[in-house]
Amino acid sequence: MNPAALSRPAPQQLTLSGSWTAHGLGQGGDLFETLAPAAQPTDAQPGAPAATAALAADATQVEALDTAGAWVLHQGLQRLRAQGATVTLQGLRPAFTQLLALVDKPAADGAPSDPQNPAKPDDTPVPPRPGWVNRLGHSSTEALKDAATLLGFVGEAALALAGCIAHPSRWRWRAIGHNIRTAGVDALPIVGLLSFLLGVVVAYQAADQLRRYGANIFVADLVGLSMLREFAPLITAIIIAGRSGSAFAAQIGTMAVTEEIDALRTLGISPQELLVLPKIIALVITLPLLTVFADVLGVFGGMVMARAQLGVGFADFLDRFVKAVSVTSYLTGIGKAPVFAAIIATIGCYQGLRTRGGADSVGLQTTRSVVQAIFGVIVADALFSVAFSVLDL
Amino acid sequence: MGTDIATRPDARTNVSADTGTGNGTGTGTGTDAVIELHQVATRFGEHMVHDGLDLTVRRAEIFALIGGSGSGKSTLLREMILLHRPDAGQIRVLGQDLLTLDAAQAVALCQRWGVMFQHGGLFGSLTVLENVGLPMREHTGLDDRLIDQIAAWKLGLAGLAPEVGALYPAELSGGMVKRAALARALALDPELLFLDEPTAGLDPVSATGVDTLVRQMRDLFGLTIVMITHDLDTLWQVADRVAVLADGKVQAVGSMAELAQRDEPAIRQFFDGPRGRAAQAGATAANPPRESSSTPR
Repeated sequence: MNPAALSRPAPQQLTLSGSWTAHGLGQGGDLFETLAPAAQPTDAQPGAPAATAALAADATQVEALDTAGAWVLHQGLQRLRAQGATVTLQGLRPAFTQLLALVDKPAADGAPSDPQNPAKPDDTPVPPRPGWVNRLGHSSTEALKDAATLLGFVGEAALALAGCIAHPSRWRWRAIGHNIRTAGVDALPIVGLLSFLLGVVVAYQAADQLRRYGANIFVADLVGLSMLREFAPLITAIIIAGRSGSAFAAQIGTMAVTEEIDALRTLGISPQELLVLPKIIALVITLPLLTVFADVLGVFGGMVMARAQLGVGFADFLDRFVKAVSVTSYLTGIGKAPVFAAIIATIGCYQGLRTRGGADSVGLQTTRSVVQAIFGVIVADALFSVAFSVLDL
Repeated sequence: MGTDIATRPDARTNVSADTGTGNGTGTGTGTDAVIELHQVATRFGEHMVHDGLDLTVRRAEIFALIGGSGSGKSTLLREMILLHRPDAGQIRVLGQDLLTLDAAQAVALCQRWGVMFQHGGLFGSLTVLENVGLPMREHTGLDDRLIDQIAAWKLGLAGLAPEVGALYPAELSGGMVKRAALARALALDPELLFLDEPTAGLDPVSATGVDTLVRQMRDLFGLTIVMITHDLDTLWQVADRVAVLADGKVQAVGSMAELAQRDEPAIRQFFDGPRGRAAQAGATAANPPRESSSTPR
């Protein structure tokens, strides 16, 4: 296969040869582009327009032509004609001529003004790129709208909850149970492992400092308070946001894409009642329990590390732990969990129901659900800290 | 909620809209309207999808909506089944004004119609049998065992073998999905059935099977059927009346034979071209014998 070539042996003559195919055209592809400068000097001569007025293109040596080659050829010829030349193409095989006519067709069908100004395919005005002020305003209003619809969604969920309280037969116990298992029981290993490791890390970081002052036993205070008040609820919520919040969004989003949500609505079943409410309730029940589990494993991790690094035995550790950590500390940690759970489940379901279109949208909404849920959890935790410090808890 | 549609007190009688051009080949007897759309307007942003659209669907007819892509057929269907709210106008379905329904009325109305979605809309987490039984489980106090039996019978009615009931939607072929979706749409013996592209993506044999099934359902239960379709064979063989949507309005309503006489370009596109002509020829040639092949397996 010879590469496509275009040459101009004489001012009035063009020679085409080789394979005018997507592969044969080689890099760049537009052979007429490289030809144009060569044609220019002849054009530039005084009285030259007459010289380019009649061009004979010899295509007898063209071996192959595909749609890409035909497009390049067509565009090139159009451009030459636009410069005022009359180009006659000779020696092209009949099959190739047909292909060339096919490329020409849309232009012929399209704008009637085409003969007057050909070779101006990109004449349509490109809308100017919006400036950064414009885009900032746009994304701000989008964010506000998003917040408003989220508020509407919370309202709908509250209405559904009120409806279920009024008609207890409408509770979806099976769905709630199923969600408790998938979001709660199945998450025990990962929550346990990560909080154990977190306890180890906290104790290890403390060990060096405490040993310096001979305050080894205070490792129990440090691990106990930090795990129970902050780390256990937070790490559990973040794991569940990544694990279950995303699962909620993806499940509901996929159902939206496959018309299942529409089908539910047309069957007279509220998606809020069947899908959203059981998830929120299940998570509000599950997350505090998981937090307790994380408390236990986290403190245990700290205990293991305290014995290995500081020589504080389990009995001493627990003895000190009971004195140092009040029930209030324990309850403030657990008390945050239902709020985190509501945030995670609501955002997961909300983003799932907002899914429109196809697989892309499911991925986007799932990502959003995780990011926004973790963001929401941390903001809520910060607000809790402020509130607790004001309340002296 | 039976099939005693003739005795429903809330069915309004109706003076046929001006767009109607007769009942064509339809078997519909009365003039009472099941669906009435009046001056419906819908816009998406700047784009006007419906612009003062009027339409009437009569009882016990098979009514098809056609139109080019983007002509607003699907949106119109979604507006009729409470999935989308028009910006202006009035929609009455089964005698109820859709724009003023409260939640309880909407749930009640949903039980009087069945919808078959283009891709089935079957619940992926439930088996076919559970899918078909779901509407009964939700809205009736029937025994679980009884629901399963009725659902299995409905599957048979839709032409599916009993073994299919235990499969999940992902394990079904395209034609089986449509049949299962139809069985679910018929679960509560609706008065009104909406079909979104019932034969799209099916091989010709399955498509003919679905066509036959749709006609059988109408004849059996006196159902009113509204469908969106691009399938010219379905239009010729099944539809009693066809509405052509273009430019936000109903351009014409009538049987295919009547529409074939019109010469507006928006209508002509469904009759000209090789497919249109083949379907027309097939319809005129094969109309009587198709009845004999109508028994589902």
